[in-house]
Amino acid sequence: MKIVVCVKQVPDTAGGVKFNPDGTLDRGAMLTIMNPDDKAGLEAALRLKDQYGAEVTVVTMGLPKAEEVLREAMAMGADKGVLVTDRVLGGADTWATSTTLAGAIRNLEYDLIITGRQAIDGDTAQVGPQISEHLDIPVISYAQDIKIEGDSVVVERQYEDRYHVVKAKMPCLITALSELNEPRYMTPGGIFDAYKQEITVWGRADLKDVDDANLGLKGSPTKIAKASDKVRKGAGEKVSLDPDESVSYIVDKLKVKHVI
Amino acid sequence: MNLEEYKGVYVFAQQVDNEISSIAFELLGKAKDLAKDLNTEVTAVLLGAGIKGLADQLAEYGADKVIIVDDPELKDYRTEPYAHALSSVINQYKPEIMLVGATAIGRDLGPRVSARVATGLTADCTVLEIGDFPLQAVPGQEQLHNQLLMTRPAFGGNTIATIACPYNRPQMATVRAGVMQKIEPIKGAKANVEEFNPGFTPDNKYVEILDIVKSVAETVDIMDAKILVSGGRGVGSPENFKILEDLAEVLGGTVSCSRAVVDSGWKPKDLQVGQTGKTVRPNVYFAIGISGAIQHVAGMEESDIIVAINKDADAPIFDVADYGVVGDLNKIVPKLTEALKAEIAAAK
Amino acid sequence: MDFTLSKEHEMARALFKEFAEKEVKPLAQEVDETEVFPRETVEKMAKLGFLGIPVPKEYGGQGCDPLTYAMCVEELSKVCGTTGVIVSAHTSLCCDPIMTYGTEEQKQKYLVPLAKGEKLGAFGLTEPGAGTDAQGQQTKAVLDGEEWVLNGSKCFITNGKEADVYVIFAITGTVEKRGRLQKEISAFIVEKGTPGFTFGTKEKKMGIRGSSTYELIFTDCRIPKENLLGQQGKGFNIAMHTLDGGRIGIASQALGLAEGALDNTVAYVKERKQFGRAIGAFQNTQFQLADMATKVEAAQLLVYKAAMAKATQKVYSVEAAKAKLYAAEVAMEVTTKAVQLHGGYGYIREYDVERMMRDAKITEIYEGTSEVQRMVISGALLK
Repeated sequence: MKIVVCVKQVPDTAGGVKFNPDGTLDRGAMLTIMNPDDKAGLEAALRLKDQYGAEVTVVTMGLPKAEEVLREAMAMGADKGVLVTDRVLGGADTWATSTTLAGAIRNLEYDLIITGRQAIDGDTAQVGPQISEHLDIPVISYAQDIKIEGDSVVVERQYEDRYHVVKAKMPCLITALSELNEPRYMTPGGIFDAYKQEITVWGRADLKDVDDANLGLKGSPTKIAKASDKVRKGAGEKVSLDPDESVSYIVDKLKVKHVI
Repeated sequence: MNLEEYKGVYVFAQQVDNEISSIAFELLGKAKDLAKDLNTEVTAVLLGAGIKGLADQLAEYGADKVIIVDDPELKDYRTEPYAHALSSVINQYKPEIMLVGATAIGRDLGPRVSARVATGLTADCTVLEIGDFPLQAVPGQEQLHNQLLMTRPAFGGNTIATIACPYNRPQMATVRAGVMQKIEPIKGAKANVEEFNPGFTPDNKYVEILDIVKSVAETVDIMDAKILVSGGRGVGSPENFKILEDLAEVLGGTVSCSRAVVDSGWKPKDLQVGQTGKTVRPNVYFAIGISGAIQHVAGMEESDIIVAINKDADAPIFDVADYGVVGDLNKIVPKLTEALKAEIAAAK
Repeated sequence: MDFTLSKEHEMARALFKEFAEKEVKPLAQEVDETEVFPRETVEKMAKLGFLGIPVPKEYGGQGCDPLTYAMCVEELSKVCGTTGVIVSAHTSLCCDPIMTYGTEEQKQKYLVPLAKGEKLGAFGLTEPGAGTDAQGQQTKAVLDGEEWVLNGSKCFITNGKEADVYVIFAITGTVEKRGRLQKEISAFIVEKGTPGFTFGTKEKKMGIRGSSTYELIFTDCRIPKENLLGQQGKGFNIAMHTLDGGRIGIASQALGLAEGALDNTVAYVKERKQFGRAIGAFQNTQFQLADMATKVEAAQLLVYKAAMAKATQKVYSVEAAKAKLYAAEVAMEVTTKAVQLHGGYGYIREYDVERMMRDAKITEIYEGTSEVQRMVISGALLK
């Protein structure tokens, strides 16, 4: 079985963020980690590998520095790594990103593609389903459990108040939630081995069946009009009222803030 | 794509088990504002099986028109027949704006549909308004008017970005529950109902639903809770935590506490918020009878909204609270619970 | 000379740090309070290969260099001195001598399960009458047919009752050296459960309280002839050479303790307000922190240098001694200052720094006291 896992290197959003003049993220200037939902997806793939036997290829699109996240994935047990990097691909929104990743994945053999539900920087949860659309394969989002049954996957698909047990024929795409599992750690030996391996590096020219019009900042239908840091709050209001007035005050504030 | 052809503000009217989800009404409320600014209509798109009777509800909450796709294939949500239905509606009716709830359904359906109709999608918007793109006119670039400006948090909430989709239609956005406001329902309102069926031919993308399992509510980890009602030494006794539990229940929140409470043996350590407990980032944090020592504040200062109730006006908690109420929690909290119960019942 | 770590080492450090923060730190206080050996943590580390980092892959290890191993002990010790020493004693004092002196059969039988973490290792040299004066050994091993018979006792043994495999030193005869009769000491591999091998006192300690520190008692304990480790009579050399590696491990533990205390203190002085300001704004605090940070960095450089020396040199006793001497004394100084800078809170057990101070003390004593390290260093200088 061949599994392709899409992972993204994201800024660790616990720290502050920086922007380029055109409103896009200055990703070069930050502490980075593997996106948590993607790590869960990778762990799901590795568990399927442990259980059923599989070759796991991790794919990432990003700056050259993103290869670190491929090394981390390989140190956890992934077999191969593919880095898609090219200046013309930068500044991409989810449409352009999914187009790019689909273009890369068309070069690979796969039975299953696993992506994380969403990245902690963009927070859009779109790229996974959009890749499945570009590749014309079924998508099962919000997977909370994955099993293989012959040529199909059987997935528990999460909703707010229930889950569906869904069966789909491979090839298909599954998006994973970070709650899906507890990802394994790398091993020390695995780290050194991962760095000894070759990583496949692809640029725009290697993408299959894609139109330049759909790539990068120019190929992104959504445009950033404005972006700014959220201001950290200090002390707010303080009131001294009788109990009934206090209650009205609080209820009012909760309504204004759409809590109720 | 001839942008001029695209007219109207459309809302995906999510239904589950043939009950319209609250998010649909909230989106209709916002859609009315947007439609007014654009001098156009609000259309609800309802997909399902045996759902025709729901159209009136949508009208009461603001839909001028309802497009219904009623087909057995749409009985329970599956990505493919729904994506086919919604994209077909979009291709047929050409809306300029398409709003979808950012729910477990919407965040799957939205991206698939936006990719299929080759347009942009902006997720988890907190503000939607009509404006110009670019925001300020730029020499040498055409400034477009009547654009949907979609504002959303990114980067784990550290940044706020405003997005436009100037050259593609429809402009699609997803919005989370509880962000937009539904209108007061207009009893007896009727919409112009149109039925549409693009035809459904099961293909490789149709999945099979083997089972549907509804969940039983489980205990919430305080780190996952969206609303925390937290008590400190000021609550006075373990028994008195009942008034906090009642408040939490009304709000759909969870009870947490300070270290003093855990040390006194009133509550277990996994409910402790603070430097030597857990760090939480809920939407709303009620600090009740909590003094606000730095060791506690360190564990909750990233909450979106902090409401403090403490009888000591000098308590340091008021340095971080958004809304600080100096008063007796024993008098305020039970009354607050009752008032909220009434508000929520009235809203239903 | 490039002081930057390779990408692999940086990633390894990130791995150890993440594991320490997520799996070890939450238990550190409880382990100290209850003095219960963190068996679950050891099992988790075993699964990830942390108990065989420098052991070659063909023997079930991770095949990494001594620096990677040192960084593991360092990161673990930043949050828990007990966990750090468990890994250090197992790896440096048990895996290493079997790796260096063992026969192929011994390596297959003992080193492989040790490196995989299926078994835990320990080292028994110290006796009531033989601390710094290691030659004061009294435990005897007598060859009887196909077996060695051990009699005697060892004390203060780390991983004591929790270990499965022990490297034990005993007198196997006398030799004449420079006209004097000296004890002939040899090394042996002893398995737990061997009849005649029992445990005595569990020591109640000031620090590293979760570490299992026991007396080992041998009463006519019979072990196979094949369990002689290395050449007969070479035991003392084996012990000394093994301790050189062990000192790098302990130096890493001390370094981690100092770093953990410094990090905690820096965070604390930024938050703690007195006289309307964070105490980090007072120059007295700042200057102390500056001194602490400088010493910690110097200690780190000595530790890493010693680890690199072990990777590239046959003999690295002096480097190891300097690293251990300095790191241990810095650890004691920095953890003590850390408690002071925390004020009253520093004395409270819920704040980690007092435990770090209690843990740090032993690093100046075991695996060769600071006095012994001074003997090694000056001995080399004055040769």
